[in-house]
Amino acid sequence: METTVADLKRGQKGIIKEFTENLLPIKLLELGCLPGNEVELVQVAPLKDPIYINVNGSHIAIRREMALHIALDIIDDTVVI
Amino acid sequence: MSKQINVALIGNPNTGKTSVFNQLTGLNQKVGNYPGITVEKKEGICKLPRGVKAHILDLPGTYSLNTTSLDESVAVELLLNKNDKDHPDVAIVVSDVENLKRNLLLFTQIKDLKIPTILVINMADRMSRKGITIDIELLEKKLNSKIALVSTRKETGIERLRELIADYKNLSKTQNIDTSVIAPEYFKRLKNAFPKEDIYKLWLVITQDVNFMPLEKTVTKDTSSFTTKSKSELKRLQQKETILRYQYINGILKETYKVDVNAAKGFRATLDKVLTHKVFGYVIFFLILLTIFQAIYGWSEYPMDVIDGFFASATEWIKNTLPPGVFTNLIAEGILAGIGGIVIFIPQIAFLFLFIALLEETGYMSRVVFLMDRIMRPFGLSGKSVVPLISGTACAIPAVMATRTIENWKERLITILVTPFTTCSARLPVYLIIIALVIPEGSFLGLSYKALTLMSLYLMGFAAAILSAVILNKILKIKSKSFFVVEMPNYKLPLLKNVGFTVLEKTKSFVFGAGKIILAISIVLWFLGSNGFSDEFKNAETIVTNRVEENGFSASSEIYFETHQDELSINDQDISNKQKELEERALAQEIAGYKLEHSYMGYMGKAIEPIVRPLGYDWKIGIAVLTSFAAREVFVGTLATIYSVGNDEEETIKNRMAAEINPRTKKPLFNLASGISLLLFYAFAMQCMSTLAVVKRETNSWKWPASQLVFMSLFAYIVALVAYQSLK
Repeated sequence: METTVADLKRGQKGIIKEFTENLLPIKLLELGCLPGNEVELVQVAPLKDPIYINVNGSHIAIRREMALHIALDIIDDTVVI
Repeated sequence: MSKQINVALIGNPNTGKTSVFNQLTGLNQKVGNYPGITVEKKEGICKLPRGVKAHILDLPGTYSLNTTSLDESVAVELLLNKNDKDHPDVAIVVSDVENLKRNLLLFTQIKDLKIPTILVINMADRMSRKGITIDIELLEKKLNSKIALVSTRKETGIERLRELIADYKNLSKTQNIDTSVIAPEYFKRLKNAFPKEDIYKLWLVITQDVNFMPLEKTVTKDTSSFTTKSKSELKRLQQKETILRYQYINGILKETYKVDVNAAKGFRATLDKVLTHKVFGYVIFFLILLTIFQAIYGWSEYPMDVIDGFFASATEWIKNTLPPGVFTNLIAEGILAGIGGIVIFIPQIAFLFLFIALLEETGYMSRVVFLMDRIMRPFGLSGKSVVPLISGTACAIPAVMATRTIENWKERLITILVTPFTTCSARLPVYLIIIALVIPEGSFLGLSYKALTLMSLYLMGFAAAILSAVILNKILKIKSKSFFVVEMPNYKLPLLKNVGFTVLEKTKSFVFGAGKIILAISIVLWFLGSNGFSDEFKNAETIVTNRVEENGFSASSEIYFETHQDELSINDQDISNKQKELEERALAQEIAGYKLEHSYMGYMGKAIEPIVRPLGYDWKIGIAVLTSFAAREVFVGTLATIYSVGNDEEETIKNRMAAEINPRTKKPLFNLASGISLLLFYAFAMQCMSTLAVVKRETNSWKWPASQLVFMSLFAYIVALVAYQSLK
């Protein structure tokens, strides 16, 4: 299983590797969610959905199903509680 | 007269575009709709140096020129269509200093359309706090454009912006990025097929409807002469374009834009931790909702009383001042009663729009969307449905329009269909008067029965909305991918000027929109009620006077005497005078009632009575229910007109309603059973022509408003029927 945005813990960061689904909405890209950019998980709603991330300075909330398609490499293991 | 400069204001949502617009135009602005669609069109006039004027058009907020909604499509159409009378001589792209990178994406797209473009970097007052430094001069050179560093909060930089607009002829019109590198082969073929057109413009026209259904193609319709690409291929190219643009932007910002990371965090993170917290987040949201409801029902009571009193005395003044006659009656009983019925809602509507504007301006609304999304989803709704459902407590019309932010068509459709169940402010006058009539005094746990009834009606509205959403979610076979991407903007102190403008604008459009219908209906009703063709109508006075002389007063007049008994005991000497006056008034009322029964309206009412009798209503309530299919708030006005009390003062109508006798049961017409039945009918029935019209426009089909009308009204009828038959 590939690591995705959905696997991040609060405060954890990662670098976006690729999209595992080809046709994610263009809006996501426009907001700065592009391969090579850094993502930080800001907050998760109850039931782990939706997910509130900071990507490249853009603060956005996305649903879990979409987060599962954004593969990344985790770069920081310090978890803020 | 010199020519006005056409300016288009465009930018991402949450960049303070509206603030810039307000700063430029002041009160010189007007809000309307684009012809044929419900997209809001804001325009204004701005005075520039050297006596020049600019016409400023505030385009709907968008992240890029890749359209995904009707609002965005409007913006793109305008930029592409040179023949549009509003086609801009110069475009102003408003960006926010903290999100400059993302904002520049839209900027580069517009620049590449060869439209002279000015970049506004807004919220400059935040720079030092966020540790941001920008080399404006270098950035201007790199982007080959002029930049205005603006703070709408501190009101700086606007003068420079005005100068730049006035000098628009000196702005560069060259492209920054060559888009064709994303698919050289394809773009070459495109160029060969349409040698006269600009290549980037063509590309935008072709991709316009990739994410969205097309508006009319204005630049080119004929794409048959070269092979087109499939939708998913085009989409992939759009992604490539976005990446290309970001590479360009990153390269430029690396040299010109610096952020001291340590200064950047803090306030926002702390607030987010609390406001989106798994427990506190919901508690705070609930408390905010409570405050809003308290404001709408508690605080607006005082201004409403003042308005009510004003219209009561205005009606009386007109009746006493103008010479008596048909014309005076039309003004006092038709027009004034109608206007009063609209104006009375202003305080509540204003309060509601005030709170919604505050929640939007501060950035809190997005947090609500985040918190509620997962909870709403099992019902086939989205977190974004919460905003329309809350707005629906003011008025379903703006609420239905607020669903536009929902990208998923199924979720959006369900939200549109169920929103009219929420208790809008138009139901309130009906509720208040019926509750006052039929719900007994007394309290439970410190809450009066009347307040509890009102609260249950609100809860029932929400419950009906949620339940029908569940059903619709099961029934509707619509496949649509959910593209749920919500920007969580930074928290901001709301600018009072912006909030004020919004409240003023929304209230005005409500008053004039709903007002026209209510006024028209009031006049028609007044005419139908005060004219008739039968002999009974013409000779009403003699017939009733004779009847009273022979048989005494009717049962409802007896109740009238009883309710006014206390007026008699004030002063012993006046009793006989007062008694006489009361009898005269009762006689006049009986004549008026008899006349009404034999007027055009009376005959119409009698015709529909069999339908409403099982619900416990008589023909008068039937007429009121029927007319309120145009708009619910007409109910009280209609009863006021029908009961011919001559003014719209609720107390007087209430007494007359209390005095009504059901001729079949010989008991008061408004009793617990018929009252509850009425309340339930109004809670569920689809009685608002304007909402139906908006739903038609937003869904682009009569199918949905028609099914809404049938389903909701049938449901209301059945519930009211069951309630009356089991309580009677």
